[in-house]
Amino acid sequence: MIYREAGQFRTTYASDQAIFPIPQDRWFVVFAAVAAFVIPPLAANEYWLQAVLIPFLIYSLAAIGLNLLTGYAGQLSLGTGGFMAVGAYAAFKLTTALPQLNIVVVFLLSGLIAAGVGLVFGIPSLRIKGFYLAVATLAAQFFLLWLFNKVPWFVNYASSGTITAPNRSVLGVIVTGPNATASVRYVTALALVVVGALVAKNLVRGRVGRSWMAIRDRDIAAEIIGVRPLRTKLLAFGISSFYCGVAGAELVFLYFGSAETLAFDITLSFLVLFMVIIGGLGSILGSFLGAAFIVLVPIFLTNAPQAMGLSLPVALQKQFELMVFGGLIIFFLIVEPHGLARLWQITKEKLRLWPFPH
Amino acid sequence: MTELLYGIAVAPFKDMAGSPAFFAEVLIGGVFAGLMYSLVALGFVLIFKASGVFNFAQGAMVLFAALTLVGLIERGVPVALALVLTTAVMVALAWVIERVVLRPLVNQEHIILFMATIGLTFFLEGFGEMVWGANVKKLDIGIPDRSFIVAGIQINQLELSAAVTSAVLVAVLAVFFQRTRIGRALRAVADDHEAALSIGIPLKTIWMIVWSVAGIVAIVAGIMWGAKSGVQFSLSLIALKSLPVLILGGFTSVPGAIVGGLIIGVGEKMGEVYWGPLVGGAIENWFAYVLALAFLLFRPQGLFGEKIIERV
Repeated sequence: MIYREAGQFRTTYASDQAIFPIPQDRWFVVFAAVAAFVIPPLAANEYWLQAVLIPFLIYSLAAIGLNLLTGYAGQLSLGTGGFMAVGAYAAFKLTTALPQLNIVVVFLLSGLIAAGVGLVFGIPSLRIKGFYLAVATLAAQFFLLWLFNKVPWFVNYASSGTITAPNRSVLGVIVTGPNATASVRYVTALALVVVGALVAKNLVRGRVGRSWMAIRDRDIAAEIIGVRPLRTKLLAFGISSFYCGVAGAELVFLYFGSAETLAFDITLSFLVLFMVIIGGLGSILGSFLGAAFIVLVPIFLTNAPQAMGLSLPVALQKQFELMVFGGLIIFFLIVEPHGLARLWQITKEKLRLWPFPH
Repeated sequence: MTELLYGIAVAPFKDMAGSPAFFAEVLIGGVFAGLMYSLVALGFVLIFKASGVFNFAQGAMVLFAALTLVGLIERGVPVALALVLTTAVMVALAWVIERVVLRPLVNQEHIILFMATIGLTFFLEGFGEMVWGANVKKLDIGIPDRSFIVAGIQINQLELSAAVTSAVLVAVLAVFFQRTRIGRALRAVADDHEAALSIGIPLKTIWMIVWSVAGIVAIVAGIMWGAKSGVQFSLSLIALKSLPVLILGGFTSVPGAIVGGLIIGVGEKMGEVYWGPLVGGAIENWFAYVLALAFLLFRPQGLFGEKIIERV
């Protein structure tokens, strides 16, 4: 690194326990956040905002949610897609029933509804764990999607069976719906992600996060030292589902514009799980890195053959993508099972000693 | 409310008693469907028992095996030779998986290995379709998809042969596991990796054998499912349908896979026919999961799974 922590002495507990103890780190994060708000809306074109940055932010939020549950609390879940669908359908129902309600409030409320559903499907986690639990969460995935498909009330009796984002504005600027510009949607998603990440980072540093990690590492030992498994596990399911629910609502309102249940099927659950694992279990930064990886790799794979002057038939291209994607996942797991966040950490350690490795 | 209660608790049983022949047909249909699930679940159990890997790629292996077999037959290879070749391909695949995926990941957490098998699923799906083409293929193994009637009950010939095949396969596997030298080594590895290693059982060879056996089970499952619904991409999704079978029967039990399959198959068919109309039908997708979930609340290790004993 160009800066080192040598000579930076901390004299109070508060400064020692700060979220970024090194001032340079703190300024870098603030600077990066400000830059993220200012530069892309001015510089990036429609394609980059719509196809790369907006999905990246939304998936990051979902990945943070799943990371809280799987990475920190150690409860493997394959129901992410189902919980995201709850958020999306709740947001649609809320905003069509109460059009004057601020859309950001709608997102948060639908997150709360998703949290409630998450609590219900978290109950089995008290008796079962590991892969048994993972399979049990699949019940949530299939049941919820079936419910949204079967009950026409959820789509306001639309014959097409899709939910569509209506035009809604915040402070006079149209944020969602067909008339919203990509920059506005980008800034909205970014604001939600920044707040979400900050809250998550503080959650996992505090009492809640520690009790989650205690449950993850040795649940019986945690119980003995006074962590209540029931409350802790359910809290993890609730908060994780809140994040997933907000991300699901954003997915429809800020990214797709309209969607049916197919958008939330099991593939989405696996995709978010990939982000968490490739990014790094138990790391907020990892959630962002994993989301960036999963969003960028397919775009890269689609464009790479053309850039090299090859033109493959569409079907072959798709199969090739699938193959390379699977191969890359295995490759990354072998190279660094603890994810990109760990790679970043190693790089930092190396750079700290550079250019004198010993 | 009373109408709903009547619909749940009384009417279905009245229907069952009203036409016993139809009831028997539903029951037998469920048993056959359940055995087909068991075939896939068996592959999971074999690998989980011996290596602790939750092999999500079992469905993709079924698809890959079926694609290879059909592809060879389409290119004019005789059926018997094609079968031998497919078996060889699956054994080779097991070797490659052990070499490339499992060995570098040994001693990693279970979830990492699980993710690796999902990566493997993507790879196999892409690779299989790239080599053999993506269109739906018909797999004709000479058993007609016809029904005959015994004592007023329709029985599908194809489903019957599938049931017999799975029964034979299970018997063979049981003998293999209980009576042969390799089988004993497999059980030792399943019990305790380190202890097995210390008495000289070659872990790597054993894993390769297990994955090969799972591959061969995948061929059988691929033939049966392929003959029933054509060889197509959706075959890899049947892995998802066999998961509730697994949790019901327990991840580590071969008989559990069979009994679990039967319960899920029968439960699913019964639910769909007698209770499905109450909620608008198409409950097959989640019914098995909810059944398994409710069951897990009372018996977390499944019907025949090893009892989970936890120590600090």
